[in-house]
Amino acid sequence: MSGGGEEEKDIKLDLISEDRMASMTSMEKIRFILDGVKLGNIVVLEGGLTPEEQMKLIEMTMSEIDEDFAGIEIGSYPVKRGFLGLRRRTRLTIVGPANMMKTIKKDKDLIRAIISRV
Amino acid sequence: MGLRRGLLLLLRRILRRRNTKIGIYGAPNAGKTTLANRIIHDFLDNTEDIGVVSEIPHETRRAFRKEGILITAKGAKLRVDIVDTPGLATKIDFHDFLAYGLSEEEAKKRAKEATEGVIEAIKWLDDLDGVLLVMDATEDPYTQANIVIIGNLEARGIPFIIVANKVDLKNAAPARIKNAFPQHVVVPVSALKGDNMEKLYEEMARRFR
Ligand SMILES: Nc1nc2c(ncn2[C@@H]2O[C@H](COP(=O)(O)OP(=O)(O)OP(=O)(O)O)[C@@H](O)[C@H]2O)c(=O)[nH]1
Ligand SMILES: [Mg+2]
Repeated sequence: MSGGGEEEKDIKLDLISEDRMASMTSMEKIRFILDGVKLGNIVVLEGGLTPEEQMKLIEMTMSEIDEDFAGIEIGSYPVKRGFLGLRRRTRLTIVGPANMMKTIKKDKDLIRAIISRV
Repeated sequence: MGLRRGLLLLLRRILRRRNTKIGIYGAPNAGKTTLANRIIHDFLDNTEDIGVVSEIPHETRRAFRKEGILITAKGAKLRVDIVDTPGLATKIDFHDFLAYGLSEEEAKKRAKEATEGVIEAIKWLDDLDGVLLVMDATEDPYTQANIVIIGNLEARGIPFIIVANKVDLKNAAPARIKNAFPQHVVVPVSALKGDNMEKLYEEMARRFR
């Protein structure tokens, strides 16, 4: 390989702020994530996705898997219950292409993603 | 309270006019079909299988329902339909199937069907009254698939039992599953050997009635 393009060497991270997320509908969030991930980016969402949104994301991912796109790897902290368990608060979610995010190791308060170039 | 509760249960059953539908969920290879077959053998027909068991992931690629299974445990009775669902995954790479000796064509076909199967499993959540969430007790239970399933069951108010399967294997660690999900009911079993199934049936009769 002689030099290669920047695109080939770099791993791109999209860090989306909670404010940006708040202005998007569930479908917009999911489309945004999938578009990014299919380009080979790692998408990190401050504020995270709800379990329902994550399920929808898995469903959409399945319908778009083909020979070039093997799906996603996803990690997030569990939903935190607020006062009396009434208010649910999602925290952070990280999503990447399955062929780049090799493993996600998780604990209740730690997510470790191992990312490699394809 | 006995009479009132009895009447309420009866009323609920009449109004529902159908069997309690129990979905079996979990990651590919967790042992869902093995468990479904075990339940059917124990209470319906010793010779019938709901589906094929295989060491190759995504063996089940369509959801199957077996109707009218009368589960009895310590005097309690529960009539259920069992729905065996395809394993839930966030990625499906056809290359992974090549290692099991499938041709490239077969592997691609299996992958395509598997993606449809996952969608079908997700859609079935709309029609269930209870779920058995099966986890392979030899593996790390704290996976995103498990967390997402639990989050969705909680959001929908669907009662569920976590089944810590494969406890016959010597590296099985059901305690790890209990630690990961301390607020939920966890029943360790071997669906293959039939170990501790009585306990699971009791718990089902209690929670899914
Ligand atoms: N030792 C042991 N092996 C088991 C047990 N239950 C299932 N297995 C094995 O695990 C593998 C997968 O079992 P299946 O029942 O096909 O798993 P599944 O969850 O239905 O898998 P998919 O349909 O692919 O999602 C098979 O090789 C089974 O024999 C168990 O209790 N103990
Ligand atoms: Mg199966």
